[in-house]
Amino acid sequence: MSDVNGKNIDSGKDNHRIKSVSRMKEILTGYYIDAKTARENGKKVAWITSGGPVEPLIAMDVIPVYPENHGAMVGASKMGVDLCQKAEEMGYSSDLCSYARADIACAVTQGGPIGGLPEPDFLVCCNNICGTVLKWYEVVARHYHVPLFILDTPFIHREMKKEAQQYVMDQIYEYIEFLEKQCGRKMDYDRMNEVGVLAVEGLRLWQAVLDTATHKPSPISAFDAFFHLGLIVTLRGTQVTVDYYKGLLDEMNERISNNIAMVPGEKYRLLWDNLPIWYRTRWLSDKFASHNACLVADTYTSAWSGVLPLIDENRFLETMSLSYSNVYINISHDMMINKLREMIEKYDADGLVMHSNRSCKPYSLGQYDLQKMVMDQLKIPTLIIEADMVDERHFAESQIETRIDAFMETLKS
Amino acid sequence: MNRHEKILAKFQAIADNPYAYARLVKEQTGKKLLGFFCSYAPEELMQAAGVIPFRLFGTSQDIELAESHLQSYCCSLVRGGLEDALRGRLDFLDGTVFPHTCDSIQRLSDIWRLNAGFDIHIDAVMPVKLNTPSARKYMIDVLGGVKADLESALAVTITDDDLAESIRLYNNIRSSLSSLYDLRSMNPDILDHSAVYHTMKAAMVMDRNELALDLEHLMDSLGSVKTEIKESGRKRIMLSGGICNLPDIYAIIDEAGGDVVWDDLCTGLRYATGRIEESGDPIEAIASRYSSRMICPAKHLSTTARGDYLFTEVHRKRIDGVIFLLLKFCDPHAFDYPNLKDLVDRANVASMLLEIEEQPAPREQLRTRFETFIEML
Ligand code: SF4
Ligand code: SF4
Repeated sequence: MSDVNGKNIDSGKDNHRIKSVSRMKEILTGYYIDAKTARENGKKVAWITSGGPVEPLIAMDVIPVYPENHGAMVGASKMGVDLCQKAEEMGYSSDLCSYARADIACAVTQGGPIGGLPEPDFLVCCNNICGTVLKWYEVVARHYHVPLFILDTPFIHREMKKEAQQYVMDQIYEYIEFLEKQCGRKMDYDRMNEVGVLAVEGLRLWQAVLDTATHKPSPISAFDAFFHLGLIVTLRGTQVTVDYYKGLLDEMNERISNNIAMVPGEKYRLLWDNLPIWYRTRWLSDKFASHNACLVADTYTSAWSGVLPLIDENRFLETMSLSYSNVYINISHDMMINKLREMIEKYDADGLVMHSNRSCKPYSLGQYDLQKMVMDQLKIPTLIIEADMVDERHFAESQIETRIDAFMETLKS
Repeated sequence: MNRHEKILAKFQAIADNPYAYARLVKEQTGKKLLGFFCSYAPEELMQAAGVIPFRLFGTSQDIELAESHLQSYCCSLVRGGLEDALRGRLDFLDGTVFPHTCDSIQRLSDIWRLNAGFDIHIDAVMPVKLNTPSARKYMIDVLGGVKADLESALAVTITDDDLAESIRLYNNIRSSLSSLYDLRSMNPDILDHSAVYHTMKAAMVMDRNELALDLEHLMDSLGSVKTEIKESGRKRIMLSGGICNLPDIYAIIDEAGGDVVWDDLCTGLRYATGRIEESGDPIEAIASRYSSRMICPAKHLSTTARGDYLFTEVHRKRIDGVIFLLLKFCDPHAFDYPNLKDLVDRANVASMLLEIEEQPAPREQLRTRFETFIEML
């Protein structure tokens, strides 16, 4: 999700640079050191999917590690092709999710930007983002011979059925039992409540940061959000995260009062859909900026806080079944269009840029229909970029450049 | 032509042109037809509701209309199925039932609901796990929901007797199909190379009452299963993977000196395995079958279930070589492949991988690949 070195993501000239970036790097570096030295410190490490419920892990003092976050780092440090090819040599098809390919290769070769992730004591897989993670975590479970907990969140085609809600709720308690068994001690429910409250506070602050983009010109772009998202995913439910986003929000508000725009001379405001193209964030950001266009918001970084209305911080566990099932990519595209409409209105977007990401079928299939709905119902221009989030072999630069230029021309006319 | 040849010829005709059969059977019986893509479709409920469950296999020809709904990186089953629907080739269907399987089918269901224009659209969002009590309870709830959806969509009442009858019918069908597999495995030259393929394909689309009778007659006419494998001097091949939509493959393997004797295909043995308890609550009994039969890679029973099955069968069926058939862009199968291949290696059995693209490889090329593989065994 984020590049710990920040080198490819931080956009704009010096006076536009977000100062909190260095604090973020500090926190993430500390976090990775903790994770890497967990064994020596008698702590457990759990690998967990990006959409998974991290709060019970935090409450049990387990260090959560995110292979997808690691995949993003691989992408941002442009190590994706090499690692993906290694996985292909092991027999994994080149059509599989590049996070999974890169990460499986790192596990086997101890390669990648940080020499592989710390070994897991157990795995937590929530399929609210995709079915890929189920298969990927099965591979990891076999590789490390560790237990796997699956939190199965039934996909929502039209509405979330009561029985599905009950099923997820049952599993939340099974999850806690699983953790108690892995850690050899009971869950402290007071601590769990505290973590829940902190998680919600973090999510609110994160949403508030994203909402500063409603200001014209926007003090932040989606490219920055891709980077600053890191903590809301990995360390949600901790004080450090809350403090960090408070600082970031202050900085954004300060930028607004000083009228500092992320894209100087902002004229066009765009919405981004799908995962970032990690190895080209800088290039894309510059490209759009050269047209005075700012990607003010995106469906990806808002996915975590998007379920805020469904969470009751004082009944955090009880509301988890709804909040974890209703995330953006676990719903049908006729439900997605409502969220897109809200965002387009809220951020006053002039156009929509969709990354058709061959790695991520659940996010990308349906985009053509969604695009049509946006054009018909919301009457704004749309652009689809065919690429991949980590595997650079699927990025045709000149073709994409031409398409962006042409799209911007339509917007301008 | 003797009796079983006649029945097999009928199955072949249906397998070669299932849509023509669908139109005919609809006209003759007046029954409604509901399409489905996956072996988790609760056919027993559909049958009990008086409809003919009709499996869709997609098409690989001229994908055009589906292009504006689906990117190129999705499997030919999904793209081809949508193409057929959009072109009106499935006009005999009254609707579709979508059990939850992979990410592509999950999205296809909504695209289909919004664009294909059928009256009936039922989503059966089954659990992904099949190994916990809460998942089992949820599975039973989902099946109950599908039953209610069918009742309201078709304006029928499904009684416990209807269900019991349907369950008995499916047990008969599956037990005949399993015997057919056993028979071929013991005595590979008793049947024409693609007879089992034709039978399986026909079994997934035919009026099931008619099918059950045909299968009974077929098995009577073929005689009982031997207890010893008949030596033929040819290589014993197992197919492993998702769907096989290439009838030619059996003929080409045959020409190359191999007998296909076993499979774990979704359009093969996986369809036929698992008996449903005939006593007790029918919905619970149907739910139990899903966790006791051969598992599909989009579902979870344990991290080793599929590998264990393959490893055991390779020994038990004295397999000389495994051909992995993977549909391009099929994630669940592609994730399992390295592990399955490794297990087959460890069983000292050779394997090869055939990735099936939207446009299948030319016959000659396939023949050369199979010949090289079989010679090596
Ligand atoms: S398939 Fe999509 S949601 Fe799943 S891990 Fe890959 S990128 Fe993430
Ligand atoms: S499981 Fe595989 S073959 Fe079946 S629909 Fe999904 S991707 Fe296609």
